[in-house]
Amino acid sequence: MKAMLIGFVAIAVIAVGADYTLHQMGWSAAEQGASPSNVRLGD
Amino acid sequence: MRDIRHYILGCIMAALAVLVLASWLTPGMANAQEAGSVATETEIDRSATGGATTLEDIMRRQQGLPVDNSFRAENIGDPSAAAGITDQLGTLGGASDPDLWRGMRFNAADVTTQARGPAADVLIQDRGMWWLLFREGPLLTYGGYLLLGTIGALVLFFLLRGRVKIDGEKTGRRIERFKNFERFGHWLLAGSFILLGITGLVSLMGRKFLIPTNGHESYALIAGASKWIHNNVSWAFMLALVMVFVMWVVHNFPDKTDLKWLAKGGGLFGGGHPPAKKFNAGQKLIFWSVIILGGSISVSGLSLLFPFELPMFAKTFAILNTTGLPEMLGFGILPEAMTPHEEMQYAQLWHAIVSFVLMAIILAHIYIGSVGMEGAYDAMGTGMVEEQWAKEHHSLWVEEVKKQENKAPSGATPAE
Ligand code: HEM
Repeated sequence: MKAMLIGFVAIAVIAVGADYTLHQMGWSAAEQGASPSNVRLGD
Repeated sequence: MRDIRHYILGCIMAALAVLVLASWLTPGMANAQEAGSVATETEIDRSATGGATTLEDIMRRQQGLPVDNSFRAENIGDPSAAAGITDQLGTLGGASDPDLWRGMRFNAADVTTQARGPAADVLIQDRGMWWLLFREGPLLTYGGYLLLGTIGALVLFFLLRGRVKIDGEKTGRRIERFKNFERFGHWLLAGSFILLGITGLVSLMGRKFLIPTNGHESYALIAGASKWIHNNVSWAFMLALVMVFVMWVVHNFPDKTDLKWLAKGGGLFGGGHPPAKKFNAGQKLIFWSVIILGGSISVSGLSLLFPFELPMFAKTFAILNTTGLPEMLGFGILPEAMTPHEEMQYAQLWHAIVSFVLMAIILAHIYIGSVGMEGAYDAMGTGMVEEQWAKEHHSLWVEEVKKQENKAPSGATPAE
């Protein structure tokens, strides 16, 4: 039982950690589709 | 030496399974793809419309017959034929507005955009409809029936066969079957898989079943939460998959006892208890299904999680084509050049199809690991199983454990 509960808690921890890490790394869909500057000339 | 042979055999079997599955499941999609572009019909006379779409084209499309779109796809203007800049309409360049729209429709327009995401310059994705129709049609329907059918079959099995009881007298002695760490790995895998299964089904079927009952507002919330869970819990599943593979692969190489076990149908319908080691042939099948199908789901899932970054289907199809297998099986040559969105569409379908298959298998596993068999759950619950249960279902493993115990009685120091 204990192993099971720890397993389930680990799922939650990993999920929150993954979300946080991916955002930190700029991997959100919004950031991936964004441009660093407002106006882009010549490319 | 024997282990290596088993390992190679396992690898070959795995590779074959993947190949067969891949070539088996994709031809319908591949054909639907080609229908959009390949000229198979007799030449249509378009002189009456000056070369534009005719009534016949429209009728063919409505009847779902293949339409050769090249007369539009290639009619996108010609910059070199533009009138001089000071002439009438010279500022328009060599392409009229309809030419430009056709260019966009067939992804041939020279588009520049401020958005920097990959594939952001694809404004209209040609040939996306077959995917959409397949996803909300056959995929959803047959996938749903597969799961319901599996549950139905398990209920029927339970009614006919009942719970698999421990036949002999219980001893009251327990032996350790899975260590804490192993059970942790199992439940990390099981918990994440069940969450992924439920949230995946919500994403696929929610529009059809939850919007009518809950309304759009409420479904938007459910879908958002569901997506968050699905995307982020995937990592726990992948981690657990690696753990389970490393922990249990040694017990899962096929050997001769498996043939005997399978020949007796595992003893499920009478016929006593065929001998088995730590894992019987049925469990080995579950293990390899989880590893191979789970691995494939993980890979296609990563491709979906990082849109357009990890395209893999054009390459896979190219490799499959070189084997000649798809053609041999009558599926023709699979598409090897794909637009970014097509890659994602194949990834989505593959992800969902393989997941349905694994979910069905896992339903059976959950059944036999809980209500289906007396004494089985303890293996993953406390880790300690009734000795009589172990003797009946894993006789060779018990012998091994006993031998080990005799060699090194608890408390004794190992011989120097
Ligand atoms: C509530 C759900 C589940 C229950 C009650 C359950 C129960 C069990 C039990 C009792 C065993 C040990 C069998 C033995 O002693 O030999 C086991 C093994 C295993 N489980 Fe599960 N399980 C569940 C869900 C899952 C899921 C979702 C997966 C994978 C996606 C999974 C994968 C495995 C594998 C690979 C093994 C080892 C091979 C085998 O015994 O078939 N389990 N499970």
